[in-house]
Amino acid sequence: MQESTFNDISGKVLSGGRLGDDDFLQLYNDADLYQLGFLANAIREKLHPEKNVTYVIDRNINYTDICVSACKFCAFFKAPEDKDGYLLTKDELALKIKETQDLGGTQILLQGGLHPDLQIEYYEDMLRFMKETGIHVHGFSPPEIHHFAKVSKLSIATVISRLIAAGLDSIPGGGAEILSDRVRDFTAPLKGTADDWIAVMEEAHKQGLRTTATMMFGHVETIEERLEHLRRLRELQDRTSGFTAFIPWPFQPDNTALVEQAPIEKTTGYGYLRMLALSRIYLDNFENVQASWVTQGPKIAQLSLCFGANDFGSTMIEENVVAAAGISFRLSETEIKELVVDAGFTPRQRLMDYSLVG
Amino acid sequence: MLDIGWDNFPAFFMTMKKFIESTGFGDILEKVEAGERLSCDDGVRLYNSNDILALGYMANMVRNRMNGDDTYFIYNQHINYSNICTNLCKFCAFGKDKEHEQAYEMDLETVKQKVRDRLDEPITEIHMVGGIHPDLPFSYYTDLLKGIKDVRPDVHIQAFTCVEIAHLAGLADKPVGETLELLKDAGLGSIPGGGAEVFAPRIRELTCEKKLPGKDWIEVAKVAHRHGLHTNATMLYGHIETMAERVEHLDALRLAQDETKGFLAFIPLAFHPKNTEMSSISSTTGIDDLKNIAVARLMLDNFPHIKAYWVMIGPKVAQIALSFGADDMDGTVKEEVITHMAGAETEQAIGSTTLVKLIKEAGRTAIERDTLYKTIQVHE
Repeated sequence: MQESTFNDISGKVLSGGRLGDDDFLQLYNDADLYQLGFLANAIREKLHPEKNVTYVIDRNINYTDICVSACKFCAFFKAPEDKDGYLLTKDELALKIKETQDLGGTQILLQGGLHPDLQIEYYEDMLRFMKETGIHVHGFSPPEIHHFAKVSKLSIATVISRLIAAGLDSIPGGGAEILSDRVRDFTAPLKGTADDWIAVMEEAHKQGLRTTATMMFGHVETIEERLEHLRRLRELQDRTSGFTAFIPWPFQPDNTALVEQAPIEKTTGYGYLRMLALSRIYLDNFENVQASWVTQGPKIAQLSLCFGANDFGSTMIEENVVAAAGISFRLSETEIKELVVDAGFTPRQRLMDYSLVG
Repeated sequence: MLDIGWDNFPAFFMTMKKFIESTGFGDILEKVEAGERLSCDDGVRLYNSNDILALGYMANMVRNRMNGDDTYFIYNQHINYSNICTNLCKFCAFGKDKEHEQAYEMDLETVKQKVRDRLDEPITEIHMVGGIHPDLPFSYYTDLLKGIKDVRPDVHIQAFTCVEIAHLAGLADKPVGETLELLKDAGLGSIPGGGAEVFAPRIRELTCEKKLPGKDWIEVAKVAHRHGLHTNATMLYGHIETMAERVEHLDALRLAQDETKGFLAFIPLAFHPKNTEMSSISSTTGIDDLKNIAVARLMLDNFPHIKAYWVMIGPKVAQIALSFGADDMDGTVKEEVITHMAGAETEQAIGSTTLVKLIKEAGRTAIERDTLYKTIQVHE
């Protein structure tokens, strides 16, 4: 990108102006890696001048892999008629939580497939049982909540308030994929629309829950559709300020139906860092952006800290979904801290709401 | 909008140049822009910095000036004829004592068969290195070269590091120059860059006391250059070396290159601790990998090429490295043994289509080259 054009855009953004959709597309098409990196890094430094890089100690618990949604990009789910599907027992749940707490973990990322039969009471019971341990439950992505409402014939607002009453602490941003109905119709027609996802998050924010937002990119979407996704998030955040963080990650194609239909090239490290930087620049009302070491590995995740990310995500004592798509990076808390220090930042353990531990 | 005090944001950010100045590297940027040689002090400052964007930006300027968007790869085959080694360097998971259960050596027929097995592939280079074997005769090595040429006459053989060459000269009981002539006659085309490690005597004493000393490594390379053989150069980073020792290493290489102009590429090699005697050291990070690419590009102003060896740093970082000074991704490689015995989690081979895709997505021009950087095919 010509330096003068870039200076116009960076000047606008750095003096507090908002990146327009045209600017976004222009940066996407013409800016080089350094222009995006410098701009994203400057925004990150301005938002987080203390040079902290945060992380959370938690565990993913996937209470079931039985799912009626059958998304084509998913390598994790089992169809309801598949006898290999599982549903965790309370004993299994209790053990996983105990192991997490023994390792200094503060929260459980609780997500599962869209189970055909379970009623709201089941999830309320699960939450009450889990909350006996005192652990923070970051649980049930919008498609799950939408599904619970459908199965139990309740409104979204009622489902959320009942889950809160049963102990739900916050909602993870999963299931957003790409918030564009063309993409959803093609990849996950049974999962609910972009409006549905936004509606669940808006209601959750209204009822006082903090949530995160994700984006899974690099499959069948166009750049305009990625922009549409970011725009919808930014608009909702303007209304509610309920999102704590944005977490983009590239689609992992192995073992998924989407790739059997048409070959999809895996997003490269270069493509990931560019998208991360663009997201940091566009989402001016999001305080935190997470690196995805689970999909990118420790090296690229560390480099993410120079391209807009200020959070290293979670230690993920257990992770099943990305692993099912053929990726198996592991990082301990010690390794995360070493990577952060090596990049010139201070590692700080945090909770879901980004308050610091210790 | 978050209240983040944009009004106080310094106006320096308006140009890239001002951004670099804000990181304290304005003086180095001026030298880079003027094409002036950086001092060793400059090199240490660069290594000690975490401003990877500033380092990369300057290295990228040099890369673009020297190589434009051209980004090279080669269709090659790796053969490690034996891992039996008397040096047993502490950073190495490949070399084994002759009595070790994992020790192996390939006879001539095995090597020829490996070449024969892949005759249907468009391989232009055989990359062959091994340990310092205690008792194979000089004729074994010339027979290997001749044998490979028998099976695949057109292939370029890049073989035997400077450390092996010095050992072979001992076996032949001849000076290095004469030994090289004999090897050339047998089919040797060029010499790879391995065995350089870190030249500093302190590092060699602590990690590889039996290995050819650094100054002798350079001497062998210079003799090779004078005998018309091109060579590469490497540096093994990320173990116990200091930043000053890294810079000293690069400076020694660039002074040698001033004399002979025989080096083609510099290849920073990331230390892989697993299964070595130094396994308590952490693996290199993405930032250190990119820093080594960028500083090498900035310091080695007389090296035509800087290689991001994807086997060592992974294809993802190697791709990013193309914007941090590197203009070469090495090759398709197959059966990579040395790094994988040290726990490398990268694949053993990536196809040329993958390499081309990585290069193109990084906004560069993918060029399949031969060993001496002659273009074989430009992938538009």
